[in-house]
Amino acid sequence: MADPFLIGEAMTGGYGGADILHACTIAVNKGEIAVIVGPNGAGKSTAMKAVFGMLKLREGHVRLAGEDITALTPQARVAKGMGFVPQNNNIFPSMSVEENLQMGAFIRTDDFSGTMEQVYDLFPILREKRRQAAGELSGGQRQQVAVGRALMTKPSVLMLDEPTAGVSPIVMDELFDRIIEVARTGISILMVEQNARQALEIADKGYVLVQGQNRFTDTGQALLADPEVRKSFLGG
Amino acid sequence: MDPVSAFILLSNFVVIPALAYGSQLALGALGITLIYGILRFSHFAHGDIMAFGTAVVILTTWALQGFGISFGVLPTALLALPVGIVATILYLLAADRTVYRFYRKVRAKPMILVMASLGVMFVTNGLTRLLIGPGQQRFDDGTRFVFSVRDFREWTGLSEGLALRSSQFLTLIVALVAMALLFWFLNRTRGGKSMRAYSDNEDLALLSGINPERVVVITWAIAGTLMVLAGTLYGLDKSFRPFTYFQLLLPFFAAAILGGLGNPLGAIVGAYVVAFSEMGITYAWRRFFEHLLPESWAPDGMLQILPVDYKFAVTFAILVLVLIFRPTGIFRGKSV
Repeated sequence: MADPFLIGEAMTGGYGGADILHACTIAVNKGEIAVIVGPNGAGKSTAMKAVFGMLKLREGHVRLAGEDITALTPQARVAKGMGFVPQNNNIFPSMSVEENLQMGAFIRTDDFSGTMEQVYDLFPILREKRRQAAGELSGGQRQQVAVGRALMTKPSVLMLDEPTAGVSPIVMDELFDRIIEVARTGISILMVEQNARQALEIADKGYVLVQGQNRFTDTGQALLADPEVRKSFLGG
Repeated sequence: MDPVSAFILLSNFVVIPALAYGSQLALGALGITLIYGILRFSHFAHGDIMAFGTAVVILTTWALQGFGISFGVLPTALLALPVGIVATILYLLAADRTVYRFYRKVRAKPMILVMASLGVMFVTNGLTRLLIGPGQQRFDDGTRFVFSVRDFREWTGLSEGLALRSSQFLTLIVALVAMALLFWFLNRTRGGKSMRAYSDNEDLALLSGINPERVVVITWAIAGTLMVLAGTLYGLDKSFRPFTYFQLLLPFFAAAILGGLGNPLGAIVGAYVVAFSEMGITYAWRRFFEHLLPESWAPDGMLQILPVDYKFAVTFAILVLVLIFRPTGIFRGKSV
């Protein structure tokens, strides 16, 4: 099998002190959606932060398009084409929607108005509210700003840490639709989700983590069909 | 009854002086609020570094005057401003390199940075006294009045007089231009937006590739410029004395906190509120009401709420009230 586009392989590490991840492997192919699910405290977000370089690994490697990026800082990984949307504090609240997007494109020296148009086409509500302060928007709209900001660098892989946390079910469905649209443009998506069932439905690949280890890894559909996964993690 | 005279009287003794004083405070408070927003600590060395910068301006002014250079009707100090600004920015950057940067790197608590700035304050305090001495200095030259009380009376034929001193007029113009430029910079330029982004969300700014050290340098440069402008204008309007400048720290902080720390517009509004409160509460309103009320109602006392010596008590009261009832300030800045 060809090497996946982005892979965090056999990652072991934590925030100093005890390890949180134990030989955990997360990967995503080009243009596909990979979802990390699992119970609370399973190390889902930690695994994603490890892939993004916000956590020091004791063992294991992270490779992007075949290149070893284990030693790079998060900022350097952004420059390499990784976009990251943190779970909390993922916008600049006092700045307008448009300025948020401009800040997303801060490292770009070329003309990014085309990318901004693409983001506005993807999230039409943002075009409408472009002059409004991002902090005044609703939860779902803020998440759209956050995703839009991360898309401004034209990343090849987009990492989302619980994008639907705290938004209503209707907005959640809409956000998932948008995420599928983003994936269709060829951007790989790696996502941590609390809403396991809905997330696995759109996932090409699913990772069920338990206590920092891979418990189940399969396609989203296969995991949804697996009686053991259903019983333990999806509530029957 | 003579409302026109009452209005002129009030303009002469309260409105114009308070506008000038408020503008000087605004320039200082803007620096406090920017430093708080970006570097996340209360910069206690503000007043003393302002004195240092102004001292450099004064010494340069004297040197220029020594060479026989003057600026016509305008004060020579304006020509000396660039020297003071550059010296102050270099001084601030040196302080940042030697003191603040270390604490920023180890992500020290804001209180530790405040204490560090207190240390910088004491050092600067001594340095300024070595440089120019502790005494009062006057360095204004050029025309004293845009129009004087006598001019005004001759034009209008009214009994009450109104004067506009050049230093007051200059303060208003310079402050207005400086504020307009600052807001243009913050809202329209890449550097300014990166500052606001960093102030809003430090981690996300880092993720977006904003270089924090660059943001810090820009912040010191702007704060330094504003300090020297504020100090020089205050010195021209009143007089220069290092201790007086140190004391301005209180109204600066009161203005910045009242407006909402980290919010530039708030700092400006706060500065004018503080200035008008200080002036209004320490002004003797008797003659104002003599003009306004029928003669039989004329007040007996001076109608002065507090003596002028207590003007800092007014500011202090504002500060305490804001911290008790609305700690985030008028414009919802960061809470202290």
